[in-house]
Amino acid sequence: MANGTIAEHAKSFYEEGTSKKTGLLGWFFSTDHKRIGIMYLAALSTFFIIGVILALFMRLELIAPGETLMDAQTYNTIFTLHGVIMIFLFIVPGIPAIFGNFFLPLMLGAKDVSFPRLNLLSFWIYIVGAILVVISLFVPGGPIDTGWTFYIPYSVRTGTNVSLAIFAAFVLGFSSILTGLNFITTVHRLKAPGMGFFKMPLFVWSTYATAWIQVLATPVIGITILLVIMERAFGIGIFDPSLGGDPILYQHLFWIYSHPAVYIMILPAMGIVSEIIPTFARRTIFGYNAIALSSLAIAFVGYLVWAHHMFTSGMSDTARIVFSFLTFIVALPSGVKVFNWVATMYKGSIDPQPPFLWVMAFIVLFSIGGLTGLVLGSLATDIHLHDTYFVVAHFHYVMFGGTGTIFFAGLYYWFPKMFGKLYHTKLANIGVALFFVAFNLLYFPKFIMGYQGMPRRYYDYLPEFADLQLVSTIGSWLMAIALIIVFGNLIRSLRTGRKATSNPWGGVTLEWHTTSPPPLENFETDIVVTHDPYDFSQLEDMKNE
Amino acid sequence: MSNNHEIVVPTETHGHVHRDDVGARMGMWLFLFTELLLFGGMFLIYGVYRFQYSEEFHFAAMELNTGIGTLNTIVLLTSSLTVALSISALQKKNKFLSVVFLSLTIVFALAFMVNKFFEWSAKFSHGIYPGSEDLINKSNGEVVFFGLYYVMTGIHGLHIVIGVILLSFILVFLIRDKITPDNFVKLENAGLYWHLVDLIWIFLFPLFYLIQ
Repeated sequence: MANGTIAEHAKSFYEEGTSKKTGLLGWFFSTDHKRIGIMYLAALSTFFIIGVILALFMRLELIAPGETLMDAQTYNTIFTLHGVIMIFLFIVPGIPAIFGNFFLPLMLGAKDVSFPRLNLLSFWIYIVGAILVVISLFVPGGPIDTGWTFYIPYSVRTGTNVSLAIFAAFVLGFSSILTGLNFITTVHRLKAPGMGFFKMPLFVWSTYATAWIQVLATPVIGITILLVIMERAFGIGIFDPSLGGDPILYQHLFWIYSHPAVYIMILPAMGIVSEIIPTFARRTIFGYNAIALSSLAIAFVGYLVWAHHMFTSGMSDTARIVFSFLTFIVALPSGVKVFNWVATMYKGSIDPQPPFLWVMAFIVLFSIGGLTGLVLGSLATDIHLHDTYFVVAHFHYVMFGGTGTIFFAGLYYWFPKMFGKLYHTKLANIGVALFFVAFNLLYFPKFIMGYQGMPRRYYDYLPEFADLQLVSTIGSWLMAIALIIVFGNLIRSLRTGRKATSNPWGGVTLEWHTTSPPPLENFETDIVVTHDPYDFSQLEDMKNE
Repeated sequence: MSNNHEIVVPTETHGHVHRDDVGARMGMWLFLFTELLLFGGMFLIYGVYRFQYSEEFHFAAMELNTGIGTLNTIVLLTSSLTVALSISALQKKNKFLSVVFLSLTIVFALAFMVNKFFEWSAKFSHGIYPGSEDLINKSNGEVVFFGLYYVMTGIHGLHIVIGVILLSFILVFLIRDKITPDNFVKLENAGLYWHLVDLIWIFLFPLFYLIQ
């Protein structure tokens, strides 16, 4: 129906807003989920780049033993800020805030989320939280230096601006909760006619599971943070050992949130993988139900493993064995996903476009990250590797190599839909390749150093680590170049890219059934779902639309 | 509801009037889950320290004024009743009675806060507050008990204050006919929130005032 001429008549959401305001205000007061998604993209990318720059300074300091660039206190501040910014301002809101906002209603065939104004409010709250973090850098007392885990008793004793910085984390948590409850309600209430739970695209499934974690886990960090602030302000004694409190209890409460939070970070990424692989293998996903339910299984089991961060903190052996066992259980649903993805590709007609290459990089990097997680999850090896570079390497392989890689995969997959432009394919391929090489150069030496005993967060190190530290720092420079190519390609395409058709990759989920970029209310006509989400037999019909 | 959503000028609004009472209630319930977990964290801490310092908790709890606590429990339970009655009155299309019951709820909430004020100031005048000389000289368990007492009843009190503000807005909506017998999901949701605040007090009251 909607052939070229009609599509040109329809206004995209860039040209038509939800309010009369125009220009930047028309964005800042827009309740359109697509505009909110793009605003999140801009804000999160900014903080990601700031986090990267901080990391580059850290790596530069570590290029040789002793002081090279900054004093030890500055180093402590920088690694704390790198963690706080990357965790609370980039990767936790991350994929749900950007792609969830933009694509969840589109994939459900809905006009918007259930509570559009609440959605805008949660974006504003995010911005307030971000501003608080920035303020905490400049007010007297100095930037926070506790590490992103804010462990007590140091976080109560230090004179730096801990209270303000962690209050920012509390505010950001609020934003996360509101987004989560909005998405859950949207999934329950706004599925297009004909779409049941088991006809939803898998990205929707994983975002739905994530939203439950956001709602059920975030309040626990909220109250923990408030208690730390009150401990600092009034000395209530709940965590302070000198007043009778228990610092280990703080660690429990912190990880009761922060472990499920790593699934907030990774589950939506797994959802995007489940979208990209069928599209580029031209084949329906293998084991749809298993992948959908494994998201819920990960979300559930993820609640019960928090104490594996605390094997050396002091716990009974029984508790440690139970938590270690449960940690291994998480590997099962994760494995279910990986095997189903690989099985989907089997006998598919694979078209290795850039998004697919990002997913390949993901599978390798995430598998390394996941398997080294098992090394840390088993009790005996963890005693040796606890708080070493091995942990740092593992964490970056799963978070940056996992979620970060898929953030780029999603960006390269949906960029034509979001902006209506195509990017330079060859440059994109070079970007992925360089990213992959740089990543391993940057982080793999940390596995070796950690195994040899290099502790994390140290400002200085023994001369025997000098060679590997140097390799890692060179990797960080290559990574910077790779990121410039990856981002630069997209930014350049915004202006000079060729115009994208409504379905450049041949995807079949609902977002490909509308124009690129979509109109204000997402679809020209009311959507009725007739096919399974990955039924590629409809591709011929879509060409005639 | 009219079906004219395609005629409305699209630049003015979203172009369709979206109303989903079930969805609105679902969102509220999800929010209440997060509140339960927020307090759940504190109840967990209470449980841990009650186990660790059972004797000190016993002595410290004797210093709390059970009379004021009981009075506040009665006040808050009654306010929960009046907010429920306000909803029922509106459902029976009796706006006047609904306004009366909702106003009564706000009055009870304020009465609760006044009681709380006197209770806390009495404690302060006895030198029992976090960081005070008197408290630091007591045993660790008692410090933790009063730390928890102030934090938990304090955060609960904050919820009462937020509730008063929320209910006042709802009252204005009700008077101005923004909330009607056909469309009262806002009042229902505010009521749900108020019941939760009440429910949490029902747990706080025995844990601090009654178990000695």
